[in-house]
Amino acid sequence: MTAPAKASRVVPPGEATVRTRGPYRSSTPADVALLLLGACFLLPLLWLVLASLDADASHETRVPVQAGLENFAAIMTPALLLQPLWNSLVLSTGTAAVTLVAAVLAAYPLSRYRSRFNTPFMYTVLFGTCLPITAIMVPVYGLFVQLELLDSMPATILFMAATALPMAIWMTRNFMDAVPASLEEAAWVDGASRMTALRTIVLPLMRQGLGVVFIFVFIQAWGNFFVPFVLLLSEANQPAAVSIFSFFGQHGAVAYGQLAAFSILYSLPVLALYVIVAKGAGSSFALSGAVRG
Amino acid sequence: MAAQTGGRGLLRYLPVLPAVVLLAVFLAGPVLWAFHASFTNAGLTGRNARNPGWIGLENYQRLLVDPVFPLSLGLTVLFVLGSAVLGQNLLGLALAVLMRRARRAVSAVVGTTVVAAWVLPEIVAAFAAYAYFSRDGTLNQLLGGLGLGQPDWLYSWPMVAVVLANIWRGTAFSMLVYRAALNDIPSEVAEAAQIDGAGGWQRFAYITLPMIRGSVATNLMLITLQTLAVFTLIWVMTAGGPANASGTLPILAYQEAFRFGDIGYGTAVATVLILIGAVFGAVYIRLLRESKR
Repeated sequence: MTAPAKASRVVPPGEATVRTRGPYRSSTPADVALLLLGACFLLPLLWLVLASLDADASHETRVPVQAGLENFAAIMTPALLLQPLWNSLVLSTGTAAVTLVAAVLAAYPLSRYRSRFNTPFMYTVLFGTCLPITAIMVPVYGLFVQLELLDSMPATILFMAATALPMAIWMTRNFMDAVPASLEEAAWVDGASRMTALRTIVLPLMRQGLGVVFIFVFIQAWGNFFVPFVLLLSEANQPAAVSIFSFFGQHGAVAYGQLAAFSILYSLPVLALYVIVAKGAGSSFALSGAVRG
Repeated sequence: MAAQTGGRGLLRYLPVLPAVVLLAVFLAGPVLWAFHASFTNAGLTGRNARNPGWIGLENYQRLLVDPVFPLSLGLTVLFVLGSAVLGQNLLGLALAVLMRRARRAVSAVVGTTVVAAWVLPEIVAAFAAYAYFSRDGTLNQLLGGLGLGQPDWLYSWPMVAVVLANIWRGTAFSMLVYRAALNDIPSEVAEAAQIDGAGGWQRFAYITLPMIRGSVATNLMLITLQTLAVFTLIWVMTAGGPANASGTLPILAYQEAFRFGDIGYGTAVATVLILIGAVFGAVYIRLLRESKR
């Protein structure tokens, strides 16, 4: 019932003006310039697609003499494809779930209570988003050695959740602010506790925002290379981002075709998830949760 | 009970605790550990791994005399200025402006292509860029087709290659930010200027740009921080070589710590990177607070 009102508060004002784009529209020079730039962005991806279909692919981009799915067939083994993808799934789902639960819990008091504590806390959290994560990987490795957590999937999930949390708290707080507190107040009158009201009233109303946060964290975790590269050592734990190196040099030569085929299968899930977010919510909607204060 | 009735007191902030613990253990902890370890001779293996000794400022003194460090710092500045501040920022703005003038179908197709490079897992993007810039890769095939020289980019011009690759990889973020910002400008403003006889460039310089300057500042800060932390792209393309010619600070920190086993010196490099990130982060938060007043 109140959904439209909320939607208009969440969606940035710009979304409404898209339809009335103003005085300029549809100029051919702009089309040409844009297509040229787009071609530059497309070229590096061309190799990936062509090589994956070419059984004897190299660095070179070329139309395969005999296009076929041999590369895909060759990597369809549990050890090469399924185990790494499963590890990626466990790592990303775990990270996104831990992040979302911690972010929702943290966002609630920050969104609902007035306190001197809120603003400094939010700016500290924002400061956390600025931390170059690659810079702390050396100390994190040291920490994991000392705590004997190296090659531990749960510990890696907790670390990745911590790195995603600042942005997630910031986004979740913004989405939660858009749910009017008056809706909960009715539930408190009926005797529901704060946490019950959060679970039964606030969360269902912000599920779109929660979906955006979950998918954002999932995509980041799925694509992350450096963190599992440093923290997960055994093949049984390595996600696809790290296991991809098995196509290098095992038998002296690089299996470029298989590397490309693997890259495509590994990339498809995040491309699909991104399309869901962009279609369902609009990427500027998602960004507005993240970038704006 | 205080939490349930919404009373005052710290108890109602209890839900923030899981997030705070995660952030303290996995983000604040490693940062503090880094400050500490950078004053020791901690090693990756051997006696200094189990029992690191306090060596005071020795690592930092070594930074000052090590010829590789100023080189690496300079390369990092070059990488950030070239690929983020100039490349991603200006190209992202140009794409966003062009997309408002082009046909909707063209801008949708090109937008998807640009975003695809950004959404891909970083290791896949890095491999694609590696193949693109390699000696017999797509770029040289194109240059050869035009009858131009075909240098070995990754060997002779490693910084040019990684800067261009990072522009390809990261421009989508700036494009999305600027698209959202441009959509927020009321079309009446542009119309009024057009009626007053302002040309395209004048409108852009005196109306559009001042109106989105908040987004420009935010975007510059965020892409600077993201670019400072880039590791995988450079690691896969050149591994910092040849002879440190593309070794930015994250690469240097990683090599010192894990290749040469000198965790203490590696964390000293990482600490410098963290401090640079902290300065940019503080400026970013200041900008955000001022824009909120």
